[in-house]
Amino acid sequence: MNILVCISQAPDTTSRIAFKNGNTEFDADGVQFIVNPYDEWYALVRALELKEAGGGSVTILTVGDASTEPTMRKALAIGADAAVRIDAKPTDSMQTARLIAAHAAGKGYDLILCGKETIDYNGAVVPGMVAALLDMPYVALATKLDVADGVATAMREVTGGEEEVEVALPAVFSAAKGMAEQRIPNMRGIMSARTKPLNVETGASDATTKVRVFALPPEKGACKMIPADQAEELIRLLREEAKAI
Amino acid sequence: MIASITLKDGLATKSSLEAASFAAAMADATGAEAVAVVHGALQGDGGLGATGIKKVLHYPAELHDAGQIARLVAAAAQGASAVVFPHDAIGKAAAPAAAVHLEAGLISGVTALPQDGAAPRNVFSGKATAEIEATTNQVVYTLTPNTFSVASGGAEAAVEAFDAAVGEARVKVKSFHPSSTDGQVPLPEAERVVSAGRGLKGPENWGIVEELAQALGATTACSRPVSDIGWRPHHEHVGQTGITIRPNLYIAAGISGAIQHLAGVNQSKVIVVINTDPEAPFFKAADYGIVGDAFEVLPKLTAAVKALGA
Ligand SMILES: Cc1cc2nc3c(=O)[nH]c(=O)nc-3n(C[C@H](O)[C@H](O)[C@H](O)COP(=O)(O)OP(=O)(O)OC[C@H]3O[C@@H](n4cnc5c(N)ncnc54)[C@H](O)[C@@H]3O)c2cc1C
Ligand SMILES: Nc1ncnc2c1ncn2[C@@H]1O[C@H](COP(=O)(O)O)[C@@H](O)[C@H]1O
Repeated sequence: MNILVCISQAPDTTSRIAFKNGNTEFDADGVQFIVNPYDEWYALVRALELKEAGGGSVTILTVGDASTEPTMRKALAIGADAAVRIDAKPTDSMQTARLIAAHAAGKGYDLILCGKETIDYNGAVVPGMVAALLDMPYVALATKLDVADGVATAMREVTGGEEEVEVALPAVFSAAKGMAEQRIPNMRGIMSARTKPLNVETGASDATTKVRVFALPPEKGACKMIPADQAEELIRLLREEAKAI
Repeated sequence: MIASITLKDGLATKSSLEAASFAAAMADATGAEAVAVVHGALQGDGGLGATGIKKVLHYPAELHDAGQIARLVAAAAQGASAVVFPHDAIGKAAAPAAAVHLEAGLISGVTALPQDGAAPRNVFSGKATAEIEATTNQVVYTLTPNTFSVASGGAEAAVEAFDAAVGEARVKVKSFHPSSTDGQVPLPEAERVVSAGRGLKGPENWGIVEELAQALGATTACSRPVSDIGWRPHHEHVGQTGITIRPNLYIAAGISGAIQHLAGVNQSKVIVVINTDPEAPFFKAADYGIVGDAFEVLPKLTAAVKALGA
């Protein structure tokens, strides 16, 4: 089975978020980038498990400029076989999805795995667009994924619970917590990642949306402290002052 | 203006009513007609007229494959200037495909009506906001649950049968497993949430959390380590890698307030933190705080809530 895992890089979860150029651009100065956690912990690791069980290959793909290569090497160190970088600066989900779909079309991938969302843009849309562009079925927010005889069985999050679904491959999935457990790359993985193929492809696609301006949320006012022995007072404040109950 | 609606027992779900209200408000501002698309068994107008929807397009069969829902909505949206989905599990799955079919820009997870053509949304896991504009004529929005109030007072909407070539269901649902929340409102829709972390010491101590939640009519949640070690089910995990919520009231007991936890809850309107450690980072993000032992404070709060009702 040949699996494509779409990974994007994201600022480390503890990064301080700042903007530049009149608040129109993310200021990446001094920011540590990681593989987007959903892409790494869940999508990539599950892809590797499926390959280990049934053979085949795992290719990772990133739409990004050369600065994304260190995070791609990290995904190779975890165990992916090959990497493709589409050399473009992703500014919009539709643009990113079209570039991914253009790469994947006709390549014979049985499974395309994505994360449920990026932790910077939080769009949760790229995989659904890729599926529609390739005319493949799409299962969003999958927490479990198994494959047998060309048919995938998955659990997906829905309002109020989970659904078990079945879908014939090829298909696209977005991975949520539960699909796999994080893997820490070992020394051998890190060494072999250096020599694994990382092919750069070119592509062009127009954006359909753009960021007009970013803003940081207003500072929270001071927290009102209530002595522990007067806990009932909190309930009064929640009702009368905050109008929250 | 088109709103894509999910029905439960024949009526629009809460996040669908929010999406309908959003579409109706946009229609009002532009003089367009607000139309809802529904599929499956429908009771009356599904409760949609009240939100300002004028017409309900009804596709009789219930659809479970997002690909089919996207085709249905795209067919209904020919010529519409905007399409609104709730940013829930179905909207997240169907809106991207609808945007592809319509060749429309998609602005996902918006939190308010567009102004001067740009709509606000949260980015960087709630650490910042962005105003996004589409460069296409037609725009697809998904609306973050609990950000837009459900409108009321509109007249009964006209219901019309609607047919479209939605294709075969390729994603087939085998079974549904409700989260064992015993009648609680699902977390993303909950207006009140009582959450607890490792400070509770063990799963056997969750009774005091559940009792406060029950008294408040709230849904229970937890921090990630608590669901990782299996003290609580996965679907209760909120934060960067779990569910993002924005209830009116978020009460956190025995949670330190790590940045990854805050990412999922910092858009709550009122945050209450109960922690034995006065230096816990969560107090910086809170509106009300109690430095104290959750085992003593939570039962007191439950009693005080019950006293209100009495
Ligand atoms: C990439 C990444 C993603 C992550 N995603 C998430 C996420 O989505 N959600 C999430 O929650 N975490 C997430 N985490 C983990 C996060 O960093 C914290 O480790 C976690 O939130 C801590 O959980 P906690 O507050 O329950 O436990 P602790 O940090 O152990 O805090 C327990 C708190 O309880 C207090 N306490 C102890 N006893 C009592 C008592 N009797 N009464 C009251 N208070 C008491 C303590 O003072 C302490 O503040 C993520 C981490 C990483 C690296
Ligand atoms: N630039 C990118 N390159 C490769 N995959 C991406 C990129 N952006 C998003 N994705 C994939 O799409 C998923 C959802 O992204 P988003 O719609 O931006 O939240 C991510 O978890 C990735 O799997």
